[in-house]
Order: sequence, then structure tokens, then C-alpha cells
Amino acid sequence: MVGALLLTFTAVTVALSYVDFGTRKANIGIAMLVATLKAGAVAAVFMHLAAEKRLIYRILIFTGFFVLGLFWLTFLAWYDYPIFR
Amino acid sequence: MEIPYTISTRPDTGLWNAKIGIWLFLASEVMLFGGLFSAYIFLRIDAAPGMWPHGLLNVPVGTMNTAILILSSVTVVLAWASLKMRRYRAYWWYMLATISCGVIFLTVKLAYEWPQKFEHFGAYIKPEALGKYEKYLGNERRAEKGMEPRIEITGHLHSQNAKEYEVALDPVNAEPDNPSMDRPHFFPLPVTDKVATIEKEDVDRATMFLPTHSAYFASYFTITGLHGMHVLGGVLVFIYMWLPVSKRLYQRNPEHLANRVEVSGLFWHFVDLVWIFVFPLFYLL
Repeated sequence: MVGALLLTFTAVTVALSYVDFGTRKANIGIAMLVATLKAGAVAAVFMHLAAEKRLIYRILIFTGFFVLGLFWLTFLAWYDYPIFR
Repeated sequence: MEIPYTISTRPDTGLWNAKIGIWLFLASEVMLFGGLFSAYIFLRIDAAPGMWPHGLLNVPVGTMNTAILILSSVTVVLAWASLKMRRYRAYWWYMLATISCGVIFLTVKLAYEWPQKFEHFGAYIKPEALGKYEKYLGNERRAEKGMEPRIEITGHLHSQNAKEYEVALDPVNAEPDNPSMDRPHFFPLPVTDKVATIEKEDVDRATMFLPTHSAYFASYFTITGLHGMHVLGGVLVFIYMWLPVSKRLYQRNPEHLANRVEVSGLFWHFVDLVWIFVFPLFYLL
């Protein structure tokens, strides 16, 4: 079931990449949104995160915090380089 | 000595040990790939106009590989469920399917996709010489349309001497003004018969599609290479659990084998999950 859903979403991602949503940024945003949905489905169902023990959620909250921090550092660089658009 | 908490839960964590172990490991893996993805974002945002190539990878093959990985994620869940129901025969077959999917994925990557890149050639033209190669680049039309300039000529390197490269052109350089070349094609078009002569003194740098070619290929080979090593690792672990040595564990303690399959399955799903991001970022966008 979830497998079929994921395969469908893969086809959707490929198809959407040939649709022009105006700007490249919009296309990237939409593709990443679909990828996040797929990743969420994998994590929730295949990795049974939908119902897990509390300790695992705690580990993942820390992971999420640090990985977002990591990406945030990239965005901070925005202010260091005037060439960023 | 018996290893404790392989199936029973440890009172203070509420989990059996391998489960918490694999999740801690996956947490560190998130940081490993997270670092590389943030490098990708950084390199891509910083790329000068025309320096981030599009449409150089084979999309149908990448789509097929994505489907194969997703399928293997399904079969590993089925393998685990079969063990839980104590159906070893079914487990054995599902495990074999999972291993085959992993092997196919790696074979396609290493024996087909990568080697094709290694024999593809690209020459970045110096800014002052771009006009000279306008008939291969079509930049006047692109400027009118507000598109990024083309600064590279790609194809198959026929020959070279001290002064020149002879390149059989990719369609995009053979017909640069054709509007159908503005966007990548789903099915990659073969290299044309049209041969261009490029003088070496007009070339900024020229390489095969290797990590040295550009920030794009450097990140492509780094991330898909690391991902491929994860697939290989997963396959090796699955092979161990599929061999007769694991059948002995099954006969002694089936729940222990089921738990082993569960944690290696968690790793496998994570590898699948990383690919779900790699595929659009490198192949499609």
C-alpha cells in the first residue's frame, strides 16, 4: 500500500519537474515538498515511527534540532555574501 | 556470556538495546548526510550563472533505481513480518528479493550511470571567447529570453592535439537555438554526428564528467558514492541474515533474528529515505 503510494509520488516528482512553475525556486520548493511527504511516509510507516516508544522520539527531537541548526548556518551565510540572490 | 536485552526490554529505556542503538546511529547519519546536503545548497546558491548544469543525468534510469529502492523497502518489511509469523520460507524469499534489489541498484549505478559520465566530455569556454562559439551556445537567444547563459560545450571527445579538441556535440550544443533544448529531456538524447573544433586557448578548463568537472559533479559523486556505500553495507548485512548461519539463530531464538532484521530494516529505510532527496536534487532540479 505505502509502497504503491511512494511509487506514485516518485512518478509525480518526475512529472512535476517537467512542469514550469514560473521560477526555478518554485519548482525546487514543490519537488522538496513532495520528497518530504515521501520521507514522512517512509518514516511513519516503514520505520513505524507512527507509534514508537517515547525515548526514540526524544532522540529524534535532538536530531531534528541539530540538523535544522546545521541548515540554519547555511542560511546565515546569506548575510556574509552579497552575491546571494 | 549472554548479551542482555536482545529481545526483552531494558527497564530504564523501555526498549531492547539494538533498537535504541540503531536510532542513535541513524541520528548520527542524519548529521552526516545533513552536512553534505547543506554543502550542496551552499555550492548551488553560490554557483555563477551557467555553472550549475541541468539535465546531465539519465532520468528514466534514476527513476527506475528509485522504484527499485522503494520496492526493496517493501520487501524488507514483508521479510520481517514473515519472521514475526514464523514463516521462514517466506522470509527467505523476501530477503532474497531485498538483496537482489540492492545489487541491481548498485550495478546500475556503478556499471552504467557512473561509467557513462566518465566518458562524457565538457569544455568551459573562457568568457571572452564565448562569442566565437555562439553557433554552439545560442546565447543571444537565451539572453533575449532571460535565461542563464551556456558557457560549456559538451559531448564525446573524438580527438585532441596540442591546440584543439574535436568534440562530437550533444544535441544541446548541436542545435542551441532549438526551443526544445531549453529544458532537459526525459529520455536523454544521444550525442550527434556534428563535430565541433574547440581551440584550447579558448577553453577555461575541460574534463570528463568527473568530480573535477564542477561543483555539481563533485557533490553528485560524493553524495551518491556515500549513499552507494550505505547500500553496499545494507546488502552485506542482509546477505548474512539470509545465509544458513542465520537459520540456526532462527531455530534457537526466532525473535532475536526478527529483531536483527527489524534494526537492519530501519537502516535500509533510512538509505531509501536519503535517496528520496538525492534523486530530485541531482536528477530533476
